[in-house]
Amino acid sequence: MNVLLSIRDMKTSIGQYHVLHGVTFDVREGGVFVLLGRNGAGKTTTLRSIMGLWQPSPASITFKGQNIAGMTTADIARLGIAYVPENMGIFGGLTVQENLILATTKGRFDQIRLRRIYELFPALEQFWSKQAWALSGGQKQMLAVARAIIEPRDLILVDEPTKGLAPSIVAAMGEAFREIALTTTILLVEQNFNFARSLGRDMAVIDDGHVVHRGTMADFAADSDLQGKLLGLSA
Amino acid sequence: MDTISDTLGRFGGVYLLPLALGAVAFILMGAPSSWVTLTIAGLAMGMMVFLMASGLSLVFGLMDVLNFGHSAFISFGAFVAASILAGLSGWLEGGWFLASAALALALLGSIAFGLAAGLFFETVIIRPVYRDHLRQILITMGALIVSEQLILAIWGGTPFTVARPTFLEGAWIIGDVSIEIYRVFAFVLGLSVFVGLMLLLNRTRIGLLIRAGVENREMVESLGFKINRLFIGVFMLGSALAALGGAMWAGYETLITPALGGEMMIVVFIVVIIGGLGSIEGTLLGAIIVGLTANYVGFLAPKLALASNMILMMAILMWRPSGLKPAVK
Repeated sequence: MNVLLSIRDMKTSIGQYHVLHGVTFDVREGGVFVLLGRNGAGKTTTLRSIMGLWQPSPASITFKGQNIAGMTTADIARLGIAYVPENMGIFGGLTVQENLILATTKGRFDQIRLRRIYELFPALEQFWSKQAWALSGGQKQMLAVARAIIEPRDLILVDEPTKGLAPSIVAAMGEAFREIALTTTILLVEQNFNFARSLGRDMAVIDDGHVVHRGTMADFAADSDLQGKLLGLSA
Repeated sequence: MDTISDTLGRFGGVYLLPLALGAVAFILMGAPSSWVTLTIAGLAMGMMVFLMASGLSLVFGLMDVLNFGHSAFISFGAFVAASILAGLSGWLEGGWFLASAALALALLGSIAFGLAAGLFFETVIIRPVYRDHLRQILITMGALIVSEQLILAIWGGTPFTVARPTFLEGAWIIGDVSIEIYRVFAFVLGLSVFVGLMLLLNRTRIGLLIRAGVENREMVESLGFKINRLFIGVFMLGSALAALGGAMWAGYETLITPALGGEMMIVVFIVVIIGGLGSIEGTLLGAIIVGLTANYVGFLAPKLALASNMILMMAILMWRPSGLKPAVK
């Protein structure tokens, strides 16, 4: 299977702090790639560096064979990468419809994709004309994900989508990601290991700005000692 | 059970404030004709301050830029318009059509100057200091001082008389009430600009981007939009509106000095802060409240006139720290 995103020795500093010290991993086309790690390990910084929101070392990120390190965030997004940040990045003063319209290239919806979104997240159709600040946390997360898939993308970067959500919403979100992953590659940062295990095909563990483990999720899920060592999970 | 705030919200919420202010002033004055005259003066002043402040609010909200140089656009707008009117003084006495054309040219001239100056200011002065508030304050204050000196060098230090078309001179007298025609014109122009801005922000894709950018610039970029282009556009729009506000204020004062912009800037900052950063509706509301307060207090307690707007700002910020109608909830 082709490599969609390749990261080589990516170093990122924020101000005077060196956060990533040489991150290396490949994301294959299709399915869900999960990036695991403890708090402060550098997972969010990795996603933000890929997106160009923080500038990583030159020539360290290749997407569809093209070096994207140093490109502007807008140009990276136009290449087909969508980003769902940890805080969801919802525009609270805009309606659900306006939030989604902004994510379209020409300001028009593809009705087939819109119907698919309504099926995945029925609440968005119900609150279509409501301002987004009035939505619940789960509904905001649905809107953030819907915004990432309202048009075809090759890669979606999702940062901790289950954080603070009720178990029923987490389950619905899992179903949605499974369906989205049939047509789009997802790079998922997640602290909820059970959720990550249920979705991931490939995975990496990041610690202190380095990738300390790479492999398949099936192998990692079967090795409780490794989970305990790298993530501090008890059997 | 509904709180007082919920109940007020159903009847208009913060939009009731100008009405409440008017009602209190009416009771305290006890002279309906004076009240009507001062209310119209306050609304006209509010609309002119709104023109000056709306652009600054958008620039503040969208770009997170503290632009103390904004008052330079107000001053230059005033002097450019006054110079065009002085140059076309023959037209001002040549009948309604020619006088209107002179006025339109003066206002358009100030807008054109504001657009060009805004483009220069954003690209040369503001862009190198994005995300650095201390340097923004220092560099925009510096630019303001240079601008004031430029005005002094070009127009001199003596007060400049502003010519006005004859159809905007004088007042309509209705019973005991005197309504200055220029104030009505300022009110109608300000209201038209407000409607135009609301249409731009709520009915166009650019407007949607501006509203989104005020809330979360990073996310706008992550959706594939070049935020820097939006910054230039909004900065130019803000500068043009400030210049238009300055031109209108020049016609209102009829005698202007290079210090005009600096004098108005305190009021403009108060309006932007009490209205809520990045909010056009909030800016209009703040401007009208400030305009009405200045006129009512000037009549009822002249010694408190200078302090009134500061007291107003402190009271509103204690009640609503993000302003009356903030763009970001």
